[in-house]
Amino acid sequence: MAPVAPRSGDAIFASVEHVNAELFTLTYGAIVRQLLTDLEEVEEVNKQLDQMGYNIGVRLIDEFLAKSNVSRCVDFKETADVIAKIGFKMFLGVGASVTNWDADGTCCSIVLEDNPLVDFVELPDTCQGLYYCNILSGVVRGALEMVSMKTEVTWVRDMLRGDDAFELQVKLLKQVPEEYPYKDDE
Amino acid sequence: MIGAGKIKQYSNVLDKPLSKGKQEVSSSAFAFLFSELVQYNQTQVDNIAELERRLEDAGYAVGARVLELLCHRDKNGFTCETTFNMFYLDHVSIQEIASLMSSNCNFCCGIFDLLNFEANRETEGKLDCWVSCLLYTAQCGKCYFGKVADSLEKGTEHEDEYMISEKELLVNRFISIPKDMGTFNCGAFVAGIVRGVLDGAGFPAVVTAHFVPMEGQHRPRTTILIKFGEEVLRREARLEHGNFNDLVKAIIATPVDVKYTISFLHSSYDLSHE
Repeated sequence: MAPVAPRSGDAIFASVEHVNAELFTLTYGAIVRQLLTDLEEVEEVNKQLDQMGYNIGVRLIDEFLAKSNVSRCVDFKETADVIAKIGFKMFLGVGASVTNWDADGTCCSIVLEDNPLVDFVELPDTCQGLYYCNILSGVVRGALEMVSMKTEVTWVRDMLRGDDAFELQVKLLKQVPEEYPYKDDE
Repeated sequence: MIGAGKIKQYSNVLDKPLSKGKQEVSSSAFAFLFSELVQYNQTQVDNIAELERRLEDAGYAVGARVLELLCHRDKNGFTCETTFNMFYLDHVSIQEIASLMSSNCNFCCGIFDLLNFEANRETEGKLDCWVSCLLYTAQCGKCYFGKVADSLEKGTEHEDEYMISEKELLVNRFISIPKDMGTFNCGAFVAGIVRGVLDGAGFPAVVTAHFVPMEGQHRPRTTILIKFGEEVLRREARLEHGNFNDLVKAIIATPVDVKYTISFLHSSYDLSHE
């Protein structure tokens, strides 16, 4: 079968079903609020959000691969580009760009053009340590782990904390070699 | 600067202009998020009722904000107070309300059916106050779930019950309930949203979500049952006697700042008893 050309993020986003972004925003807000009430410690909330994102990422990668026709990326640079140009666009409808590569090409920044999670949000004094969008970093980490890349994803700039952009730093820790052949009988 | 975001920065979230609410995300993004909400809450409870209550609470928080947003966004000042005034002051006819609403919120014909249905129950040009809140709910449904509910009916057994039914509720689309979880319905979240909206608009109600099996269909539909609080019914009964109208007129005649306080506090309506 001839390889199918990868589709652009815009094309995929246009073809999938949509929901109102405010419902999404407010639902996320409700989740964060619940976590803050339950866990009390801001640090714990950050962890839990990251874990939730990871769970999402692990499952989201399937849909991503099925819909985007993206084939294996040759290097981490291409991977980062695919995440920024197709991944974010496809699910959140926002674009992102990749910058700040380090010398050996294992660490870069993804800067979001828009962020539907943070509409109507302002961090109160008591939650200054909160990484409100920590779920996104978890998603990226989880999804990449499923395609054999161990990464560390952190927020470098966060507008809710007074920075001028939303910037995610993605650092490739190691490529896990795929185990092959799979043991079917186990 | 390379990599600078395109988002404008505001020192205060209130300075940020209100978006038009037309932005969208993919439905799977929402489904993923919602499933995490449910899974997280599952770890926090030990029975189904508690789980539903927690989901409803989360929904309530959303509903309360939805109402506020819709009110703020409305160009004609279609707020709780104006609805209230519209419905209870004689100088607005049903036709005016209908046209105002259609130009305003693009209501679908289903809602007009409802209006016609309810119009039969009106006395002297005053619409049943339930209609206003149901319209609100339906409007929220359209904005947030992409469509007006499949059906909206009045309960046959009880005067104070209304039902909104959906063949496939957004939140239930990708969810199948394991057998051991019995009657659990993720629609509790939506029920919470509805309750939040109604509560904010001054119509406290108990809202629950139920599965109703449909003949010939594989999946049951979800019905959101709205049961209005006693105080809503009492208010309703008073209104039918007409005394309340005089009070509203008196309120309107008082200076604006005073009027504001009164019209914001829904519980203050209750002061009108004889």
